[in-house]
Amino acid sequence: MAIRMTKPWTPLAPETVKKLSGQLGVYQLADSKGDVVFVGFAGGRSLFGLRGEVEKAMKDPPSAATQFRVEVNQQYTTRYQELLMLHVHDHGDVPAGNVGKPLPKLGRLSPA
Amino acid sequence: MNLEPTEEQKAIVAQVRRFVREEIVPLEDKLDPDASELAPEDHARLVAKVKGMGLYGLDIPAEFGGPGIDMTTRVLLAIEMGQHRAGLYVPCYGVFGAAGLAQLYEATEEQKEKYLRPMLRGEKKGFFGLTEPSGGSDPARAIKTRAVKTNDGWVINGSKVFISGADKADFGLVFARTDPEKGRGGVTCFIVETSWPGFHVRRIVHTLRSSHYATELQFDNLKVPDTAILGELNKGFAIANERLSRQRIPYAAQCLGPAYKAHELALDYAKQRETFGALLATRQAIQWMLVDNELDLRQATWMTLAAASKCDQGVPFRMEAGLAKLVASEAAGRVVDRSMQIFGGYGMTKDFPFERWYRELRIRRVGEGPNEVQRHVVARDLLGAGLK
Repeated sequence: MAIRMTKPWTPLAPETVKKLSGQLGVYQLADSKGDVVFVGFAGGRSLFGLRGEVEKAMKDPPSAATQFRVEVNQQYTTRYQELLMLHVHDHGDVPAGNVGKPLPKLGRLSPA
Repeated sequence: MNLEPTEEQKAIVAQVRRFVREEIVPLEDKLDPDASELAPEDHARLVAKVKGMGLYGLDIPAEFGGPGIDMTTRVLLAIEMGQHRAGLYVPCYGVFGAAGLAQLYEATEEQKEKYLRPMLRGEKKGFFGLTEPSGGSDPARAIKTRAVKTNDGWVINGSKVFISGADKADFGLVFARTDPEKGRGGVTCFIVETSWPGFHVRRIVHTLRSSHYATELQFDNLKVPDTAILGELNKGFAIANERLSRQRIPYAAQCLGPAYKAHELALDYAKQRETFGALLATRQAIQWMLVDNELDLRQATWMTLAAASKCDQGVPFRMEAGLAKLVASEAAGRVVDRSMQIFGGYGMTKDFPFERWYRELRIRRVGEGPNEVQRHVVARDLLGAGLK
């Protein structure tokens, strides 16, 4: 499995979000340039899984997010941490939309 | 052999049972089902409470400030501390403190000052780096990571896999081959700081245990000083082996915590749930599952306590520890599986903790030495010199 999410971005709009599955997994939100501004997950307590979480984000988009992509993943907890750690490795900090929100303790990753 | 707990042990167990049910379980109702951390303020509050109970740092020897409990009490507590959703791998979310790396109790005074004491104070974290992509069950032969002597120390090259906590650690114990001709007599343990150039956490390894990941490490011309050797040159295998035997006893007990809880939930459910006009508890098929749970739990508990008793007596316990790990990890898996079956569809959901225990318990048959290796260890002790 590729450690970075590489799927194309989808516009953050009601007609696209309603097609999402209700499964567990992780998602990223990006601004209009395609820069990741938020990483989140749909866990066992998320109502309607990924669809529910991205719908919530659409109503109040963090850091002016306009696009999203998702990954259905049973290991959503560790995958979420991995995506945050990769962002810290690439950009020096977590995405702007995650700043100030509760975060897990993150480790250091230095992918080859 | 008397396996009946003493009055003091019963009192401590009751205290911990109350703590788990009144402090830990209610918090879990608000956490993600795969969570492995409490909110920092909850963690700090509960650590203070555990310190007040005099039970912080259960695995820390008394001379280093721990409560100095024996292995039998440790087993009884492990069973209690594991009776919640995250209890198999994160008993009570770590609020009872961690012992860290037991091998460091044998370190030099300088090493203890630099690594052990800060670790016990919670200021530094360490990891244990033994398993490699070439194998983990036979470390003496599988270790390919090389440490080569230079004028001012050693240079390490190689990789490790399935290593917990390395990405958050300040240092770790890395086992490397220092004499390629000597098999298990050619392995040395080094204390490696994660900030040293050449130390890399290359990737996360996702597993069935989705609340927690392992890591893959790479050492790329990692320079370490002579003072980084833990113990003696070429005697690293003994350091690793000591941990592996002793650790199997609490490891077995930890398997039983969720299994006891699963059985308790199944018993309650069977007495409430009606099908075709009668309670599940009246069905022989269900009764037999519950009886089989009871058998598994009693057998595994007694074998684990028997291993702990030998350990406390200071007599050889390698075979008993292997048997306990083998029996407990398999019995606990069966108990959770039967309990899920009794719960039917709900047993498969994340509304209940069974699915997390089911996934995580599967790992226990491989972790801390696969059960086939435990059987091999026991066979070797049974057959002795007759086994070539």
